[in-house]
Amino acid sequence: MKKYIVKRILQLLPILLGITFLSFAMMRLAGSDAVTEMYSNTGSAVSEEVLDAAREELGLNRPFLVQYFSWLGEMMRGNMGVSYISGRDVFATFVSKLPATLLLTVLSVLLTIVISVPLGILAAVKQGRLADQVLRFLSFIGNAMPNFFVALLLMQLLSMKLRWLPVISDGTTIRSAIMPMLTLAIAMSAKYMRQVRTAVLEELNKEYVNGAMARGVSERVILWKSVMRSALLTIVTLLALSIGSLLGGTAIVESIFMWDGVGKLAVDAIQMRDYPLIQAYVVWMAIIYVVVNLITDLLYRVLDPKIRLGAEKE
Amino acid sequence: MSIPTIRKQKIVKNHWKIRLILFGILAVLLILTALFSEQLCPYDPYLQNLANAKAAPSADHIFGTDRYGRDMLSRVIAGSRTSIFSSLILVAVITIFGTVVGVFCGWKGGWVDSLIMRISDIFLAFPGLVFALAAAAVLGGGIQNAMLALAAISWPKYARIARGQTMAQKEATYIQAARLSGCNTGQIIRRHILPNIAGAILVTAMLDIGTMLMELAGLSFLGLGAKPPAAEWGSMMSDTRNLLATHPWVPFAPGIAIFVSVTVFNLLGEAVRDWLDPHSER
Repeated sequence: MKKYIVKRILQLLPILLGITFLSFAMMRLAGSDAVTEMYSNTGSAVSEEVLDAAREELGLNRPFLVQYFSWLGEMMRGNMGVSYISGRDVFATFVSKLPATLLLTVLSVLLTIVISVPLGILAAVKQGRLADQVLRFLSFIGNAMPNFFVALLLMQLLSMKLRWLPVISDGTTIRSAIMPMLTLAIAMSAKYMRQVRTAVLEELNKEYVNGAMARGVSERVILWKSVMRSALLTIVTLLALSIGSLLGGTAIVESIFMWDGVGKLAVDAIQMRDYPLIQAYVVWMAIIYVVVNLITDLLYRVLDPKIRLGAEKE
Repeated sequence: MSIPTIRKQKIVKNHWKIRLILFGILAVLLILTALFSEQLCPYDPYLQNLANAKAAPSADHIFGTDRYGRDMLSRVIAGSRTSIFSSLILVAVITIFGTVVGVFCGWKGGWVDSLIMRISDIFLAFPGLVFALAAAAVLGGGIQNAMLALAAISWPKYARIARGQTMAQKEATYIQAARLSGCNTGQIIRRHILPNIAGAILVTAMLDIGTMLMELAGLSFLGLGAKPPAAEWGSMMSDTRNLLATHPWVPFAPGIAIFVSVTVFNLLGEAVRDWLDPHSER
């Protein structure tokens, strides 16, 4: 297991280098450098010499790769420059908005579990019957709706028609989290309900289920003691992986509901062409995603007796 | 609760033929609507008529009118051209590019393969739309740039599938037989490998059309794709959001259009999957 962890972390290094390099290169491709932006924001016309001197000072005339590595070094120390717009430290701004996004993500995943696991099991057990068909129909509908449409529908229904909730968030409270959380969970539940159904059906089709039935073990015991225990592993992995993609998928929903997280921060930064902030968002979301995936993979190995015992023999 | 031990062995008839024809026709209808959108619009989608602004749905304006008095039905029809064609083109581009890269890697192997696969790993390491958002921002918006941004994160999936399938086929006996009977590499790839991997690629591509339509609309919704006043479903929804409280049908009309199109393409995709791959999960 230790060997495996080391191997996985070593595999991760080139990916992390690639992510950071791509993010760095992309922002350079944006066509302007920090100096031009800095001076254009002050609104005063500056001569080329002044710009060149400033570039010299910031090391922007050094070779591309040298600049990349010095940027990388700074980045790892949490120094990613200041926002073109607010002038505040980019990394500190990003970190200050992260908890709101994490809260929204965790709440959405929890709600997704509450919705999709029981319904997925129900659909699998009632395969082909009315309950299964209704659930599959609902999951199909959920899959065909873009989340911004779901968001507007919820807004219209819950806050304008029924007046239960405020239209836009009034801070990072549970009350204002309800609509963004519902929006994200509806799309995810539609997807995961199907996957839970498939995972449970796969287990139900295994020989040991027939064997246990033949020996007269009650259906309830087979379902909850054996089938669910095996299917849960798949389900947990799927949900853990979804946390990563959710972190990246909250941008639209956050900006619709004015939820003050990193997604809204990024969308605002994009509208203002605030490149340092966009860069921090891209790099850190990718790093978080990669790390979450690594932890999921390791967790899967710890939980799965087949892999755990097999690996020890190696 | 009972475990369906007997029922599950029943062969599930899924009528893929009927579904393939039915949803195929619906998809063609959507594409024809997009193609002839100019002729089909009952009104000029850009013609402003402030005297009749924010009209409720009626016989004259089925989806009502927006704040400039533009007919929403005409705008939704006009928007189908951008929304549907850009997703179809996007899916075609990533499918072809990904397949070419994947077949090349799977066939060649060696360091070229490792290098390209590591590059694709990097694109896959960005979560969801994060990279596409940033790329579209850097490229400066516009529907072509939004397509480019989505293409950058979507091709690796196809490359993976094509590579895996090619590697599996490469070792098959019939390929050795073809080689023995004098086929060169180009012929083997064209006549034997590609036809054998086309099914898996096609199924993925068909099921991707709806996803791409929604993601493109999402980027446009954020102002990173098509820009108003151009008629495009995502940007129309974001443009008319402030009418949600008073005139909800205005932002909902393009939303319904997205939903209907995605539904049709997804249903067609599932029918294609059941046709080409009858053993897959249902």
